[in-house]
Amino acid sequence: MGYVSLTDDDRSAMLEAIGVSSIDELFDQIPAGVRFGRELDVEPALTEAEIMRLLEELAGRNAHTGVELSFLGMGVYDHYVPAVVDVVMSRGEFLTAYTPYQPEMSQGVLQAIFEYQTAICELTGMDVSNASGYDGCTVAADACFIARHATGRSKVVVAEAVNPMVRQVVKTYAPGFGLDVVEVSQRGGATDADELAEASADAAAVLFQQPNAFGVLEDAPALAAAAGDAGALAVAHVDPVSLGVLEAPGAYGSAIAIGEGQGAGNFQSYGGPHYGFLAARSDLIRRMPGRIVGETVDAAGRRGYVLTLQTREQHIRREKATSNMTTNQTLLALGGLVYLSWLGPQGLVELGETCMSLAEHAKGRLQQAGFALAFPDQPTFKEFAVRVGRDAREVIREARARGVHPGYALGRDYAGLDDALLVAVTEKRTPADVDRLVDVLTEVAG
Amino acid sequence: MDLIYEKSSPGRRAGGVPQYDLPRVEVPAALRRAAPPRLPEVTEPELVRHVTALADRNFGIDTGFYPLGSCTMKHNPRVNERAAGLPGFRDLHPLQEDEGAQGALDLMWRLQRYLSEITGLPGVSLQPAAGSQGELTGLMVMRAYFTDRGEGPQRDTIITADTAHGTNPASVTMAGYALEKVATDARGNLDLADLRTKVNERTAGLMLTNPSTLGLFDEGIEEVAEIFHDAGALLYYDGANLNAVVGHSRPGDMGFDIVHINLHKTFSQPHGGGGPGGGPVAVRDTIEPFLPSPQVVRDGNAFRLDHDRPKSIGRVRGFAGPFGVFVRSYAFMRAYGPELREMSDVAVLNANYLLARLRDVFELPYDRHCMHEFVLSARNLKREHGITALDVAKRLMDFGIHPPTVYFPLVVPEALMIEPTETEVKARLDEFVDAMLQISREAAEDPELLRTAPHTRPVTRLDEVRAAKEPVVRYDFAGHTTTQAGTR
Repeated sequence: MGYVSLTDDDRSAMLEAIGVSSIDELFDQIPAGVRFGRELDVEPALTEAEIMRLLEELAGRNAHTGVELSFLGMGVYDHYVPAVVDVVMSRGEFLTAYTPYQPEMSQGVLQAIFEYQTAICELTGMDVSNASGYDGCTVAADACFIARHATGRSKVVVAEAVNPMVRQVVKTYAPGFGLDVVEVSQRGGATDADELAEASADAAAVLFQQPNAFGVLEDAPALAAAAGDAGALAVAHVDPVSLGVLEAPGAYGSAIAIGEGQGAGNFQSYGGPHYGFLAARSDLIRRMPGRIVGETVDAAGRRGYVLTLQTREQHIRREKATSNMTTNQTLLALGGLVYLSWLGPQGLVELGETCMSLAEHAKGRLQQAGFALAFPDQPTFKEFAVRVGRDAREVIREARARGVHPGYALGRDYAGLDDALLVAVTEKRTPADVDRLVDVLTEVAG
Repeated sequence: MDLIYEKSSPGRRAGGVPQYDLPRVEVPAALRRAAPPRLPEVTEPELVRHVTALADRNFGIDTGFYPLGSCTMKHNPRVNERAAGLPGFRDLHPLQEDEGAQGALDLMWRLQRYLSEITGLPGVSLQPAAGSQGELTGLMVMRAYFTDRGEGPQRDTIITADTAHGTNPASVTMAGYALEKVATDARGNLDLADLRTKVNERTAGLMLTNPSTLGLFDEGIEEVAEIFHDAGALLYYDGANLNAVVGHSRPGDMGFDIVHINLHKTFSQPHGGGGPGGGPVAVRDTIEPFLPSPQVVRDGNAFRLDHDRPKSIGRVRGFAGPFGVFVRSYAFMRAYGPELREMSDVAVLNANYLLARLRDVFELPYDRHCMHEFVLSARNLKREHGITALDVAKRLMDFGIHPPTVYFPLVVPEALMIEPTETEVKARLDEFVDAMLQISREAAEDPELLRTAPHTRPVTRLDEVRAAKEPVVRYDFAGHTTTQAGTR
């Protein structure tokens, strides 16, 4: 029965008003040759209680971070999501609203997006932010599209030390944009600024990540300068959780700052939905993709908010639009706003410090236990690469049998790192959890 | 209402962060943040009140009737939220080994199978994050298919209808194709004569919404498909209006080769004030090898993510897609089972009932039964009383009703595009009709009331020209705010 409940009385009154004798008659406009002649081959309808039983059974077959001690990261992190985030995510006025095309009906979500844009600008040190992108991968493609048109150039340079999925998405999108992608190899876990500068000649954009895919702190100011000197837009992919302790990309000359917002206010949810953020220098505002909220006044002089610069967008500009984006990730971005407001500036600094000191502690304990770091001389933030002496995928399997997921197998993406694990340590892990990781790794790989 | 930044006081805070008795680690000086970001500094109760006050200034389906055409604003069942919030889904890391994510992969596989059955196409990718990303994915898949056949550079043009959503032409550009537009005939179908002059050896494909954005099923769809297939081109189905035809007609049976489905329209993922969504793509078997990687596959009783797809266009977003959306949409489908057909029955009945009751008061550009939505024109009100579709929309707000989509599709002047969905009962539809009838009377009796509407919302009409001319897109910490006189 689903969510319709049509009474016989209503049905006959409505059919009479329409002037037809059956609902089927309304479907007569579908040519006979393309009508579906049988019942859909799907299982019978379930009641709500039965749906929950089925989905609980499916959910029960997943090893989530509440039942397995997890050090997985590589783009999605098990940071704590405070209960207050549920307030915004569960209010029907936000949850069940559409894109705020009618501002008088939507001041709540419009103001919230304006506040979100402000928070992203503050985090990144940039002038303007859009209302969100799909995720931390697609915003990289968006940044390349901006750069293609802002510079008229047709090459993007991507550091190999950028998250592999981000690079893959850029490569999928690039041909349609008329862009060639050039990668610059990692050297000892980081990107060499001179090598990047050399590759950047005639580039539209130069994409790097801080901290990079190995958790290593790049010399980001030098990388941004390499891009800027070549007349390319420096695109910094950053971790929002790091930006209490790490310098804002706007402060070291980035033209565009992007990133995955999940760690700041969204659950892991097997990869989505999350929000990607994209912020830029003010001169790029009219090339930005997606929604942007602006402040204005109403007829009575009261402050209010509207979707603005809509002449960039597909519903006005059509084939000349700066993007095809309609649906974005507003609700997840508002989760991010509430999270950042809950944390505040001091909380964000403390969060960065806690993650860093826990990760440094884990590095030290693993080294004491005889494991070598893959990039021992590099400073890191909350993730680091450690060598486990044999195929990391086997080590993961054996560690998981002991209730610990020790991290990501870097050999899936990087040659020469088959024995390396990428270990992520969020504030939800404790020193005792780190001890358990060390014990289990010692047992299976020591 | 104050911004959260205007409620902020230095030193105040809500959340705490665990501190462990470990040595402090310094960020290298050159990379260290000079000054922390000016995030709000508020207490938790103040934060909760702020969010609640914002919610009070917003309107969702949970608040009232929301007949926004083309957006399928149906009820969002709360059980879907509960299901998506189960720890086994919510706290599952996307890089968990396949053995540790069997429940999630099983759910995705089941959803793929349902979408395949509903669209009549065997290959499904769940990866795209939204309808517009599904469109772009579909076009990239189309290009990969033609490139594989050695026809890549030759086929450089995509044809769209003049009634198409703006996303279609924008996706065409982003995919690197040229655009050709085809007209609509007097019955609201694609103009076949115009179409025949435009389809040739350079055509890669058609992008079409069916039923169209006029809410009309294209009666010539079989001939349209023949024209494209005879030219060696493909047909892409924009699934924005799938809610009209589930269980009645399948895009694959209509002749479409590639389809995207909007999980946030037809299958009840809440729109969230603009997102998230889900835009899975379904394709014919000959096109399946080009779908994004990874794909969920089944080996016996086990499921895994298959990354070994040599002909794939690659990855279009992170991980395997917006999984939480899949949970909600799958839960929604299970609540209906085969009666998903009745969902479309009632959606079409509701739309035709509204059309029947409003057609004498507004102009009807295409005089046919509609599918799940219909387009009226307010040009009679404009001609007779100087009242526009926008005035009608703004006045509806005073009745506690969200306006329909206005000024779209572009082929209808003063368009009002109305989609009630299946989840409204007759009493709500009647209230809407009463409001629309009253507004049409007011247009004659008191047009100023409409021109100055809305009168009951927290703000009245906003100066959008000014917002675009001098963009203020973030809070100014120096305390400047926008006022009537200018930026203070």
